[in-house]
Parts: sequence; structure tokens; C-alpha cells
Amino acid sequence: MPAGEMSPREVAAAVPDPELPALTLEDLGVLRAVEVGHDGEVRVVLTPTYSGCPAREVMRQDVITALTSHGYLCVRVEFQLQPPWTTAMLSPRARARLLEMGIAPPPPLDSTSPLRLSLKCPQCASLRTEETSHFGATACKSLWRCLACGEPFEHFKALR
Amino acid sequence: MATRSDIFDYALRLGDDALVLSHRLSEWSAHAPEFEEDVALSNLALDLLGQARSLLTYAGQVEGKGRGEDELAYWRDDRQFRNLLLVEQPNGDFAMTIVRHLLFATYQLAIYQALEDSADATFAGVAAKGAKEARYHRDHAALWTVRLGDGTEESHRRMDRALLALWPLTAEMFQVDAITLRLADDGIIPAAESVRPGWDAFVEATLREATLEVPQGVAARVGGRAGLHSEYLGHLLAEMQHLHRSHPDASW
Repeated sequence: MPAGEMSPREVAAAVPDPELPALTLEDLGVLRAVEVGHDGEVRVVLTPTYSGCPAREVMRQDVITALTSHGYLCVRVEFQLQPPWTTAMLSPRARARLLEMGIAPPPPLDSTSPLRLSLKCPQCASLRTEETSHFGATACKSLWRCLACGEPFEHFKALR
Repeated sequence: MATRSDIFDYALRLGDDALVLSHRLSEWSAHAPEFEEDVALSNLALDLLGQARSLLTYAGQVEGKGRGEDELAYWRDDRQFRNLLLVEQPNGDFAMTIVRHLLFATYQLAIYQALEDSADATFAGVAAKGAKEARYHRDHAALWTVRLGDGTEESHRRMDRALLALWPLTAEMFQVDAITLRLADDGIIPAAESVRPGWDAFVEATLREATLEVPQGVAARVGGRAGLHSEYLGHLLAEMQHLHRSHPDASW
């Protein structure tokens, strides 16, 4: 590692998510491992959020670009399915950032209650909200509407 | 004892189901009855495409002849495809698409959930991921089934018609052959009879809520798992494979 430079782990962890750039790959919980081999090759292991997530190839390219621009010229990115990604892997920082962006974060996964709690509007915090579509502009989000302030909003839906 | 060729065949079955249905659903893009549904069907298509990529890549590795996902998707003809007849059926009206998806996603979810315990680590990994997606797919189709079945006279009539047309194609999901028997014996896939009760229970409960009746006494149509397809698959493949075959190995 060049003196004073960021480690490969730090570089990879700071790469923004292509679809939600306010989150890093580490925030999103998709960065599984960063290892440096004897030959200096950096091996980065990522896990996809959804099987068909189109951001996957962009993530791979962005990680390679970030590492090479920090002087790590030999990089290999692999995808690993197991254990499967769930929204429990989002960092606490990620949940806070989502809310700031106007996206309702997924409910905590520690609850085993079959009851579905109403979702809080990220704009006005009202609980009078309704789902307009289970599927949104990206695989990980659904579409909602606040009945109090009238604003539509996105929800980063729970995957357990 | 299951052979590598059995695993190859089964990976194609699951992968081709996902690939062909993904293509069918993507035909709805920009044509769905409402904007939200357009987005939803495209999302389902995308999930299925991702599953197909993993499964066909694995099939190629097991086969060991150097074929990757692209060779398997684009350079096989209909006789070499192993998908269910159900998934290649034309979209028809929206009722037909929804009934097809309810019947298929309920099956796919049951298979994926059982495969999470497979002795084959790749099947287990793809299935664990896919089950989380299939649950959303099944629930989405079930919501629409209830809304349309228990909707207007016209929506009920169309759902009923779709159910009668597609029901004969469901028997194939639970068909047993030498390949599935060997794989089930080795704990690589679930036995067909272990998956059926859960499928029956969910589909029947959903149809009941939708005020639709389970068709009785219909003759089964099978053949997809052995490569004997309906006329529709060839046309689908012509569109799906044309660009790749005209420009082999082209890249962006």
C-alpha cells in the first residue's frame, strides 16, 4: 500500500451505489470482502441485492475504476449469492440517509409480528399512507403516497 | 445416482422457465394497463432474467463444454429448451398474464424454498436468493387474481377463461421422470409429491377468495421438459435470439 493512501478496503467501501449515490456499497451491505493476494491482486467480493439488479455490472466497473485510480492496478470483482442479501444488512447510516433523501427505509427486521405496521411519510411523518405499487423504479423500492400531505414517496422495501 | 448430465438438464429446466417467462413479461413494457403495472411487470421480468443468468451459467459449467449463459440462451433451438409449456404461452389479455403468473410463481416459490436445502450448493444459493423474489411475484399475482376474479362480470369472465385455458399446462410442473427421480434420490431436488400440496393449497385458497373455481377433469398437456414445445416458443426465440445470432459476440 502506498504510504498515506487509502487501503483497498477503504476505497471499495466508499464507492457509491449507482442507483442511490448517497449510499456507499458498504452502507448498502453488498460489500462482502476485500482481500489482497500475494501477487498484489485485489479481490473484491460483492453480493447482489436482487438477482437481476442492473446496477450490478455498474458496481463492478465502479469498484475497478476506484481501485485503479488509487493505484491498485490488478483488481478482480466477484459476486457471491450466499448468504443472500436482505435489508437487515443495511447499515444504520444507510437507513438515516434514505430518510434524508425522502425514501422511507425498510421496517426493522427483528420484529417477527405478522402485522404490517403503517409506513411513516418521509416528508410530514404522518402514518396515513398507502402503497400505490409494490414495484418501483428500481428493484429494491415500492411506490407509496401520503394521504395527509399528498406527496408520493418511495419505500426501500423489506427483503427478508 | 444422479449424473452431471441430470444436473445440467435440471439447471436448464429452471433457467429456461425463468428466461422464457422473463421475455414474455418484458413484452408488456410500455403496454401494461396502468403505469404502476408496467413498472411491476418489468421488475418481475428483471428478477427472472437475473435468476436465468445464474442458472444458465451454472448449466454451462456443469456441462463442461465451454458454453456460457449467452451460448445457452441464444444458440439453442426450441427442441433444446426445457421450460414448461405454461411459461411460453402468449401474454393474451391481462387476465391471461396474471393467471399464468399465479400458477407459475406459486410453483417456482415452492421449488426454490425446497431447493434451499439442496445437496447442490449452487442450486441452494440461487434458490435462496430467488425465493425472496418469487414471494413478491406470487403475492402480486394473487392480489390481482382476487381483484379481477372478484371484480366485474367482465373481469371475472376473462379470469375464468384464462384459468380454463392454462390449467391443462399445470400438470407438467409435477411430472416425474428418470432425471427428477435420480436427483430427488440424491437430495439435490425435492420430490415432486412434496411440492404439490403447498401449491394446491395456495392456488385453491386464492381462487376461492377470487370467486373462481378450480377447473375439474381437464386433460393434461405436457412436453416442455422433454423439448416438445407449443408453436409459440419458436416465435419467441426468433425475436429473442435474432440480434445475437446476426451479430455474434458483438459488445457495446
